[in-house]
Amino acid sequence: MFDKDKLPQLKSSLEKYDELTKKMTDKRPERKDVFKSGSGDPVKNVYTPLDIEEFDYSESLGMPGSYPYTRGVQPNMYRGKLWTMRMYAGFATAEESNKRYKYLVEQGSSGLSVAFDLPTQIGYDSDHALAEGEVGKVGVAIDSLKDMEVLFDGIPLDKVSTSMTINAPASVLLAMYIAVGEKQGVSADQLRGTIQNDILKEYIARGTYIFPTEPSMRLITDIFEYCSKEVPQWNTISISGYHIREAGSTAAQEVGFTLADGIAYVEAALKAGLKVDEFAPRLSFFFNSHNDLLEEVAKFRAARRLWAKIMKERFGAENPKSMMLKFHTQTGGSTLTAQQPDNNIIRVTIQTLAAVLGGTQSLHTNSRDEALALPSEDSVRIALRTQQIVGHESGVTNSVDPLAGSYFIEAMTDKIEEEALAYITKIDEIGGAPKAIDNGYIQQEIMDAAYQYQKDIESNDRVVVGVNQYQIKEGPPKGLLRVDLSVGEQQKKQLVDLKASRDNDAVEKTLVALKTACHGTDNLMPYIIDAVKVYATLGEITQVMRDVFGEYQQNVMI
Amino acid sequence: MDRPIRVLVAKPGLDGHDRGAKVIARALRDAGMEVIYTGLRQTPEQIVNAAIQEDVDVIAASILSGAHATLLPRISALLKKEDAEDILFVAGGVIPEDDIPELIEKGIKAVFTPGTPTTVTVKFIEENVRK
Amino acid sequence: MDLIDQLKEGNKRAAAKLITLVENKMPGYEEVLKEVHKLSGNAYVVGVTGPPGSGKSTLTDKLVKSLRKSGKNIAIIAVDPTSPFTGGSILGDRIRMNDLNLDPGVFIRSMGTRGHLGGLSESTRAAVKILDVMGSEYIFIETVGVGQSEVEIVKNADTTLMVLVPGLGDDIQAIKAGIMEIGDVFIINKSDLDGANRTKREVEMMLDLSHYERRPRVVMAVAMDNKGIDEVVEAVQEHHDFLVTSGQYHQNRAVTARDEILEIIQVQTMKNVLENPEMNKELESLTRQVALRKMDPYTAGKYILDNIQG
Repeated sequence: MFDKDKLPQLKSSLEKYDELTKKMTDKRPERKDVFKSGSGDPVKNVYTPLDIEEFDYSESLGMPGSYPYTRGVQPNMYRGKLWTMRMYAGFATAEESNKRYKYLVEQGSSGLSVAFDLPTQIGYDSDHALAEGEVGKVGVAIDSLKDMEVLFDGIPLDKVSTSMTINAPASVLLAMYIAVGEKQGVSADQLRGTIQNDILKEYIARGTYIFPTEPSMRLITDIFEYCSKEVPQWNTISISGYHIREAGSTAAQEVGFTLADGIAYVEAALKAGLKVDEFAPRLSFFFNSHNDLLEEVAKFRAARRLWAKIMKERFGAENPKSMMLKFHTQTGGSTLTAQQPDNNIIRVTIQTLAAVLGGTQSLHTNSRDEALALPSEDSVRIALRTQQIVGHESGVTNSVDPLAGSYFIEAMTDKIEEEALAYITKIDEIGGAPKAIDNGYIQQEIMDAAYQYQKDIESNDRVVVGVNQYQIKEGPPKGLLRVDLSVGEQQKKQLVDLKASRDNDAVEKTLVALKTACHGTDNLMPYIIDAVKVYATLGEITQVMRDVFGEYQQNVMI
Repeated sequence: MDRPIRVLVAKPGLDGHDRGAKVIARALRDAGMEVIYTGLRQTPEQIVNAAIQEDVDVIAASILSGAHATLLPRISALLKKEDAEDILFVAGGVIPEDDIPELIEKGIKAVFTPGTPTTVTVKFIEENVRK
Repeated sequence: MDLIDQLKEGNKRAAAKLITLVENKMPGYEEVLKEVHKLSGNAYVVGVTGPPGSGKSTLTDKLVKSLRKSGKNIAIIAVDPTSPFTGGSILGDRIRMNDLNLDPGVFIRSMGTRGHLGGLSESTRAAVKILDVMGSEYIFIETVGVGQSEVEIVKNADTTLMVLVPGLGDDIQAIKAGIMEIGDVFIINKSDLDGANRTKREVEMMLDLSHYERRPRVVMAVAMDNKGIDEVVEAVQEHHDFLVTSGQYHQNRAVTARDEILEIIQVQTMKNVLENPEMNKELESLTRQVALRKMDPYTAGKYILDNIQG
């Protein structure tokens, strides 16, 4: 890429530069001894071709839309169409959430993203003892197909794409979605959307697991197989680094651990007898976007390049779609501050730029008040507008991967790829991601990074505006969204009514059939679909599986 | 007090966001305390039961699920029932400012919201623990 | 002695408070220990030791659940390391025993090693007695890892379980000297992992080379999946029966009692030196002389011993 003959000349001018800056800093020291990236990596004062001496355009980057996809998975990226502005929303009852979805669609949101409440995510009905106080709090409560019908009432499932943040009981919620589609007259092959379905990161960072690793992996590969035949436009998994980063990881760890999880899913599917090019095109990813703009852009590019190489070289994928890392992004929840919440709008703007310059396929922008409570409607609108301003006004969407070729960006991209690969190699040595989670390696690495970050803030090594500098006296924030506690009562009552009105014999029959299937090796999806259609509840279905599979035990690393 | 302060770091509720709980657990340990960590999804009954068997000086509950208004007062009530109100009960997490007075009234001695330095929590515990 | 009366009735709160009292040597602790010693001696004590990560907590959890089926009252003392730098510790063993938390027949207490001389074995022994008086029929002591302090702790146990995992080949060599001998039952946990059979063979070989009055049993288990738990329970029972029929049960307890007395002499003697300002001064000056080779440590030690009683 660079003229090799000219490099020695460059070296000597860099030496001169170093001398010059040293003279300056001897007189007046710089603001910090070490400048660190958002992830705590040291950053040099200047980057030159010497930092990417081995850089080879076609090998390192290639054109957008071609291997190794460093510059993006589509040739013309946002010139064709902007990313999907997908706002994660859902709270209280299906009815209330349905209203919010309709509002978002009216405001120009191009895809739905369903947030479920915690009992739903852990497979408990609203009347379970552990659901007390949690029903409808962080998302919508879904107990049975009845709730799902209300949730998507008046929203044509052949017109929207729906992303569902659901993991341990993903197959049950997907089954309900398929059943709702059927009732609307939309066949399964027309359904578009994503289920998160990423259990490994639940064990690592997010905590809404139910079953042990082995049956969980089976449920996941069952979905892969079923969807490849019946729901071909569905993204069957969203392999998530988001929560790993939220738990305190560095950018390189986010890439390394997420791709290691990805490798585990591919291996599980291959072991289950699927062919790589059958399911790999439907794999998708989900990353975080933090405040260090350039590091984040480099992270997205590094992830894309590394995954392409893994799929091609390690798994022998031939279909280009199997090699493309498509990802959803959410701005970093843990970067939001409860202090001076309006400042969060600016943080989210920077993070939006990072995601867009990094080539995301879809984006959720957090609302300013999310460090305090669930977002209000006003806050959600500002967050969505942030995306629209970046998309239409900032100009960064006019050209594909506009930061490519920057010495800094390319050096950082190489570095993150290298560090991520080192993590993957280490995890391979341990025996794969599930083992590295079981023995706590991954959790420990993340926890160490998280603690370091906290210490940096407390020692004022890292400035967080409004938190450890530039504080003001503030009154309590106004206009926060509150979820009425009566939601729980309402859901409970509906469950009583449901159990009195449905065909309980049919429920019993489908649950018995499911239990038998759990003991065997059949694909479980058809059994689950049969059960949801006769209004077996989420809790009843997962209980059958809990009985057969047992429950996961967390390995906590502090 | 020359014996180490014993703290139960508990996660009531169903949310799995334990970064805060783990960071505070480490910070308390580094401040010389004995920290008993309970893991996720603990019911108020489990928390109070553990606190009593471990004879802790402090319960520090971390909750981000939004169920604080239900679960934290229940822990207080159980402590009262067990005649264990001498245990210093503090909480942290995503808890709106408006909710705090009611929690304080119901026996939670302090609520630490996001952005609170761990040193503040450590100091509060050191100064307020039963002597 | 209000707390002791409550303790005798099985009050957990009283037990918890008394453990704190003796663990911290708070005023009156010796009186408490004198009292509970007389009342104790009924519980069967099982030590669980093995390297970190071998799954001791999970195994303990499953064993206790299995024993609970017969309605036995059980207590668990889980020991975790104290940081030598800050004096703090994270006691995380309860996490793996969460289901036992609300079982009224189970009591779990976590303890930090705290690193004071002989203190941990003294504290655990005291805790065992208190829990014994509370009515626990089985008391499990789970240690940190495998080291000298673990040996000290499980010396008090009637049956000691040594938990190992596959792939620790070198570690077995490392820990065998002086420590493998304390195992009465060997458990190869996580035996679904590669190399389990090899580890078992290695352990068997080592046991063959040692001299035991009764050769310990080696059991394969996957505690997480509840596999091998019944066999472990059976092996504990076997060992118990052997102790009783051979008369070793009482012999061991006599040894423990003797150790306990000697330990008290040792600790007390040191306390007498360290807590007496004059003796402390004396010690300082003797230390200097010994360090400068002006005196030998034997003479110095004897000088102090001769003078402490005065």
